[in-house]
Amino acid sequence: MTIEEIQNEIIEEFSMFDEWMDKYEYLIELGRDLPQIDTKFKTNEYLINGCQSKVWLNAELKDGKIYFTADSDAIITKGIVALLIRVLNGRTPKEIMNADLFFIDKIGLSENLSPTRSNGLLAMVKQMKMYGMAYNAKLNS
Amino acid sequence: MINLEKIRKDFPVLNQKINGKDYVYLDNGATTQKPVQVIDAVADFYRNTNSNIHRGVHYLSNLSTKLYEGARAKIKHFINAEKESEIIFTKGTTDSVNLVAFSFGERYVSEGDEIIVSAMEHHSNLVPWQMLCERKKAKLRILPFDKSGELEIDKLPSLINKKTKLLALTHVSNSLGTVNPVKDIIKIAHKYKVAVLIDGAQSIQHQKIDVQDLDCDFFVFSGHKIYAETGIGVLYAKEKFLNAMPPYQGGGDMVDHVSLEKTTYLDAPFKFEAGTVNYVGAYSLGLAIDYINTIGIENIAKHEQDLLQYATEKLSQIDGLTIYGTAKHKTSTISFLLKNIHHYDTGMILDKLGIAVRTGSHCTQPVMDFFEITGTVRASFAFYNTFADADRLVEGVLKVKQMFE
Ligand SMILES: Cc1ncc(COP(=O)(O)O)c(C=O)c1O
Repeated sequence: MTIEEIQNEIIEEFSMFDEWMDKYEYLIELGRDLPQIDTKFKTNEYLINGCQSKVWLNAELKDGKIYFTADSDAIITKGIVALLIRVLNGRTPKEIMNADLFFIDKIGLSENLSPTRSNGLLAMVKQMKMYGMAYNAKLNS
Repeated sequence: MINLEKIRKDFPVLNQKINGKDYVYLDNGATTQKPVQVIDAVADFYRNTNSNIHRGVHYLSNLSTKLYEGARAKIKHFINAEKESEIIFTKGTTDSVNLVAFSFGERYVSEGDEIIVSAMEHHSNLVPWQMLCERKKAKLRILPFDKSGELEIDKLPSLINKKTKLLALTHVSNSLGTVNPVKDIIKIAHKYKVAVLIDGAQSIQHQKIDVQDLDCDFFVFSGHKIYAETGIGVLYAKEKFLNAMPPYQGGGDMVDHVSLEKTTYLDAPFKFEAGTVNYVGAYSLGLAIDYINTIGIENIAKHEQDLLQYATEKLSQIDGLTIYGTAKHKTSTISFLLKNIHHYDTGMILDKLGIAVRTGSHCTQPVMDFFEITGTVRASFAFYNTFADADRLVEGVLKVKQMFE
């Protein structure tokens, strides 16, 4: 599946929820199921400090593709982290750099990625794209 | 007694739906809502009166000046200052503290001197003193508090010595709600000839303030936390300090005579009010005080204490909920956490339920460090809040618990 297709799949999933409550309960579930990040990455070096909640992010390049692991101390944040990883994991650096993440808005969670919430998610998306750029530069050098 | 039904009609912000629910506003510690008596009069001022103050010969400038100085008089009465000239208008609490840290610091603090603050200060009453200490190579000493959120006052005398110049202390903790016994503390400090600044940002809206009775040397607060506009604040200072301290900022309206070689300054309060001040903000603060006076600060305090007691009791019954700040004397501010549930998660869900609280460290990082937490959920009540608001909060918290457990 392409980045676009996965996003459409997520939008489809979320369209089944009539109530905001169900949506958030699903996010909580996703947050709980997010694979544990290696504890060696839960240091300040990997920390994206969002003031309200913290996000830790690591990225590795394998066979030309980027694999992310991440964590957050807040569950809702972590649920959205899980969605972002689902969309961007196993993609080439170039795909990540150029990804248009339209699903967040479509599933009605854009407020969570607003700079005013200060929860680390916006900075996390930026950081994911930075990894894309950095690895892209590395592959081309 | 306080007529809530009537009062709530005065605050348009409260009467709306947020996220489809009747709005419950419990973030009054951050800022308070404005009554129509303030909103309408300010709009009316811009429509009919607006003119810069102190410099016009013309009719409306005089009227504008009168309203500005009238606000000063109202504040003098409200906090029972001895003289109107002891009331300086600033941008807010932060601005007032910075003014004192600069001007008092220039006049009285030199290398090796000491300033005392408490460990529960808002960053606004901590960072300016750290900056002063850095500038003057002075030392900052810390008065600790205990697990209940009460200051360890018995440790104060041992922190004071001949080098101590000033004690800067919050009247009420914005994150814990503790009301500090500032009158007793000021007495102790004065025994050692140490000046005292009281941060009244979280006390002025909740209880009667009498600066002469407290005998504080400086008292600071923000208009926006007491139902007035943002961008206006007050510094009360005893006259002897205002006379001795150099100005904070230079500019228009604060000078007596200016030549290119030398400038002489006006007396206080004008010496400390450089440039065009926020005269509309000051006017709005006077209006807000009028509004409070019609309700009565004692009535406000009584209702808020009832709300505090009611909400504390209800929240305490929730399994796994910890309240941070359990001092004997508190304002209507309750900081809490649910076991294993992040404050941000709690706040997000409460928001969805139409309940506004604050989450995070509340600009008191050292307080969070003391309790070894990253933040709390803070519900802060004002006199326009109802018992039903407290019930909604409790229901909301129970819902959060159910969702995350
Ligand atoms: C105790 C205390 N001091 C100082 C401040 C700073 O006030 P302002 O931001 O209005 O300058 C606040 C505001 O949150 C406060 O609660």
